[in-house]
Formats: sequence, C-alpha cells, structure tokens
Amino acid sequence: MNLLTLFRRRPSAPVARERLQVLLAHERVVVGGSDLIAVLQEEILAVIAKHVALDRDKVQIKLDRGDPVSTLEIDVEVPSLPSLPRRRDGGLAAARP
Amino acid sequence: MAQVVVVTSGKGGVGKTTSTAALGAALAQGGENVVVVDFDVGLRNLDLVMGAERRVVFDLVNVVQGDAKLAQALIRDKRLENLSLLPASQTRDKDALTSEGVERIIGELREKFDWILCDSPAGIERGATLAMRHADQAVVVTNAEVSSVRDSDRIIGLLDSKTEKAEKGGRIDKHLLLTRYDAARASRGEMLKVEDVLEILSIPLLGIIPESQDVLRASNLGAPVTLASPGSVPARAYADAARRLKGEQIQLVMPAPESRGFLGKLFGRRAVA
Repeated sequence: MNLLTLFRRRPSAPVARERLQVLLAHERVVVGGSDLIAVLQEEILAVIAKHVALDRDKVQIKLDRGDPVSTLEIDVEVPSLPSLPRRRDGGLAAARP
Repeated sequence: MAQVVVVTSGKGGVGKTTSTAALGAALAQGGENVVVVDFDVGLRNLDLVMGAERRVVFDLVNVVQGDAKLAQALIRDKRLENLSLLPASQTRDKDALTSEGVERIIGELREKFDWILCDSPAGIERGATLAMRHADQAVVVTNAEVSSVRDSDRIIGLLDSKTEKAEKGGRIDKHLLLTRYDAARASRGEMLKVEDVLEILSIPLLGIIPESQDVLRASNLGAPVTLASPGSVPARAYADAARRLKGEQIQLVMPAPESRGFLGKLFGRRAVA
C-alpha cells in the first residue's frame, strides 16, 4: 500500500452496513415463511409446467434482491409445438398454447 | 427464581465460550449461584477455558442418558465455590442429546442454581436449538463484521420462534454482546460501528468487549478473564454486562479509540485505556 492509496481508500464499513440492511430485510421475510419472490418463482414455474414439459436444466432464473425493488427473471425454453409457427426465442410469451 | 440464559451467535469463533465463562464467573463473583453448561457436544471447550479440563469425569450426555447423576457430572470451580461447570461430551455426537433429557436436566439445574448459562454450539442445528430451547434470556454474541451480524439476525429469528417461551406466546429477552470490538478501526470506518450493529439487529446492548490481549491470556491460563485479570478493560466490561443481566442499570461507556501520539505510533506503545 502506498501513500496515495492510503488517502484514496474509502471507508468500507458504510458499504457493509448497507449490504447488511438490504440482505436482512429480505432474509427476515424468508425465515418468516412468506418470501414473495420465492412464491412467485415457484408458482410461475408450476403454471408453465402445467402446459409444457419443463426441463429444469433449461430454466434460467436470475434474481436480484434490491432495496426499493427486486427483480425476478425467468427464462424458460419452451419446445416448439407443431401447431405453432417455429420460434426460437423461448421466453414466457411463447408459453401461450 | 432461576434464570436460564443461552449464550449464542450462529457463527463460530465470535467469543461464545469465552463470554459464557466470563459472564458466569462475573455473576458468581457477585455472589450468585451459577452453573455454566457446555452444549457443544463433540467439540467441548468450556472446560478448557474454565481450567477444568483435567477434572471431567462425567458429562452432559452421560446425565441425559442416565449413566450418571447430575451431581456426579457437575464440576465445582476451584476459585469460586458458587460456580460450577457441566461439561459436554467429547466423544459422542450431537444427536446424543434428546429434547426430553435436556428438559429434565434444565429442570434439575433450576432447583440448584440462580443462573444457568448455556454455551451454545455454532450453527443452527440440534445442539444450538436444544441450548436455546428452555432459555428465559439470550445473550447474542456478535462481532462487528458482516457474516457475524447476519448469523446473529438469523439466531434472533430462531429465538423468537423455536424456544419454549416463544411457542407459548411469550417473548424471550435478548441482549446483544458485542465482542472483539476495535474502536480505532470503527472510527476509521474500517469496521461496523456499535450504532450500526444496534440499528441492524435492534436488540438492547448488554455490553461491548474490546479486542484484547487479556482475553487470550485468560484462555491460555484456563481462567475466565474476570478472574485472570479483574482490573483489565475486558474484565470490567464483562462484570458490567453481568450486572446488566441481573437487571441493574449501569451506564455504558462507549469505547473510545486509543489516542496515540506521534511517539506512541513510532514505538507502538499503547496508552492505557
């Protein structure tokens, strides 16, 4: 560590504090047993599974728990149905029968 | 009426065992009749910190399984006659403890002692849940560090849901014991501050134990720090914490960073806080 980095370095404790606050706000809900995001994820997948055979390996779920909003991104590869025009983009829109 | 206190944290290495020994000894030094119980089956260490490792004959598991009477397993401290230790087993695993057995022993201990301090193992599994199961109060030992704070939060959730008191609709008294605190690093913004931890966990503060050589020295010697060096800063902090646990109102002094002058910095000498 040289003198410059010593002066430039920002204190890390405020970052720790913020990360903890966001994380714990979510974890408290999870332990309480009503994690909306997890419920949504399960139910969305269940609905899709009702109509198409889901290959769990081909489902990509991205989750970002944030302070004002969390985002849940579910990317499902739906096998093309013979009656539908061929589409390769997957996604939720393609799940329509 | 006897008080059962669980000393818990979730995370390992934050100072549960050290704190159990120091708080237990401090309570006994104040004239209370105290037993410290090691729930860390398989990895016992409270005996070592208390300096009783060579006197263990029977342990908690023996008593739970009926192989020994409680009185046979209790080890009376050589320095304080009103302080006893109930050691954990070193050879069994954590499944050797049964819920009914623990309940029976806690009941017997309530008859004999004013204070029953249960040293919880790390984690949130059987040993830890059994240690907190019958508690009236909890001391949540936390370091000012992200993983410790997160685990403490988790433990607080368990204390509010999985204890006997909570299941009966009551509330268990929870106290935060901030250990290994380094005021100088906190003031430089390198470590979470006391206020940060308090705001995040939002349980009342029992005490702040500074990171100290005296604590390590006490463990090396096999004596709780309140006995090994009673005048030291951590020993006084533990003694105050013990009195707060008894319900006394004692002013908490926030630890100030040690001020070191130019020469002090140069020679690494520490000002006596």
